[in-house]
Amino acid sequence: MPEYRLQTPITKEDIKKLKIGDTVLLTGTIFMARDAAHKRMVELLENNKPLPVELKGEVIFYAGPCPPKPGQVIGPVAPTTAFRMDPYAPAMYEYGVVGTIGKGPRRDMVKDACKKHGAVSFAAIGGLSTILSRRVKAVQVVAYEDLGPEAIRRLEVQDFPLLVAYDSNGDDLYQQEIAKYENFNQKTNKGAV
Amino acid sequence: MRIVDAEILTESVAKLCWEACYYLPDDVLAGFKRAEKTEASPIGKSILQQLMENAEEAKTNHMPYCHDTGMAVVFVEIGQDVHIIGGNYLDCIQEGVRTGYKEGYLRKSVVGDPLLRVNTGDNTPAVVHTEIVPGDQIKITVLPKGGGSENMSAMKFLLPGEGVEGVKNFVLQTIKDAGGKACPPVVVGVGIGGSFDKVTSLAKHAVLREIGVHHPDPHIAELEKELLEAINDTGIGPQGLGGTSTALWVPIETFACHITALPVAVNIQCHAARKKTIVI
Repeated sequence: MPEYRLQTPITKEDIKKLKIGDTVLLTGTIFMARDAAHKRMVELLENNKPLPVELKGEVIFYAGPCPPKPGQVIGPVAPTTAFRMDPYAPAMYEYGVVGTIGKGPRRDMVKDACKKHGAVSFAAIGGLSTILSRRVKAVQVVAYEDLGPEAIRRLEVQDFPLLVAYDSNGDDLYQQEIAKYENFNQKTNKGAV
Repeated sequence: MRIVDAEILTESVAKLCWEACYYLPDDVLAGFKRAEKTEASPIGKSILQQLMENAEEAKTNHMPYCHDTGMAVVFVEIGQDVHIIGGNYLDCIQEGVRTGYKEGYLRKSVVGDPLLRVNTGDNTPAVVHTEIVPGDQIKITVLPKGGGSENMSAMKFLLPGEGVEGVKNFVLQTIKDAGGKACPPVVVGVGIGGSFDKVTSLAKHAVLREIGVHHPDPHIAELEKELLEAINDTGIGPQGLGGTSTALWVPIETFACHITALPVAVNIQCHAARKKTIVI
């Protein structure tokens, strides 16, 4: 599987070449937002109001970190379950977000939106929080501070490890990989784990 | 009668909160190791290796293994010969959680009113289960329960005639529906029997059992083995990205039930299968 080092902003050409299963090490600026922030932002979009932060062409990381210990840039952080952001994702992609980072499978509405708007949905490893926090070089709360761990944060990341889970062709890494291993032990006559 | 100062409860709970979040239990690490050896998917294998590295880094640096440090579920067994002085028992437990999450730099993941959804800012209230037992000791276990896997848990009343096949189908369907959303490899706590409230409590208590330990009843132990195999045959794998290690263990707890009923509950525990116990 190809491995790419990408720098934000991710261009439309970058998006086109990304296929499910590709590894990406992402460097640059990404924005952290999850459930409560999405609810507010999508309400703004529905009412044709501007978002509190410009997110056109940006990547959203579905996450909420631990508080940093003294001397740390950020506390442990890793993606939250992307599925919960599915109802908001099509509106965010339509608005101009080019990528999202979460964990776990997503609904067809997200696949369709990626295909329609030329965008991707990345997977990072859920719970890999200590390791991932070291790839964050700077962080700043930029909106909805009242939401605490759910506030929108701007992050500067370096070589943030991602897998392309849903690409702009509408392909689905989760479906593809699970099919390979269903009843695998019976097929190969190997003992179960 | 033994007298225990309430302050000791508070201090103990605080310490358990951060220790549980920083140091993944040995049985879980051993589970990762076994899974990594047999995992057929290269992606799955790599994920398991990274999780082991993450656990090591968290331990070395005294940091939370996972950022979702959960809603604290506290199990307390109080010996009937213990007298707690110097404070209200439940207040002390909550104060312990408040202190532990603040001083341990753990994430505050609790909203007060479930509909108004304002963060309480200190991760309280915790869910507290108290049991009075013989003796003069107090046993406290803190289970910081992450939201992703808890969300995928389920309960159902089967018809008694559906029997063991019905139980298997329900557990398997719950795991398939959860897929990668529950952050596998998971521990699948199963409750069978009891009442509406009891069966979910059984499933939650099952999650506390050490990985590798089967139920003492042979027919339940057999069901645990069969379910583990069936779950790992789903192909879901680590993070739902395909593979042969979807579950690390399937502990089942049972209880008597009404002649009309066969309740089943599945409490899914993500790979951050944290738990920490102290006996006072």
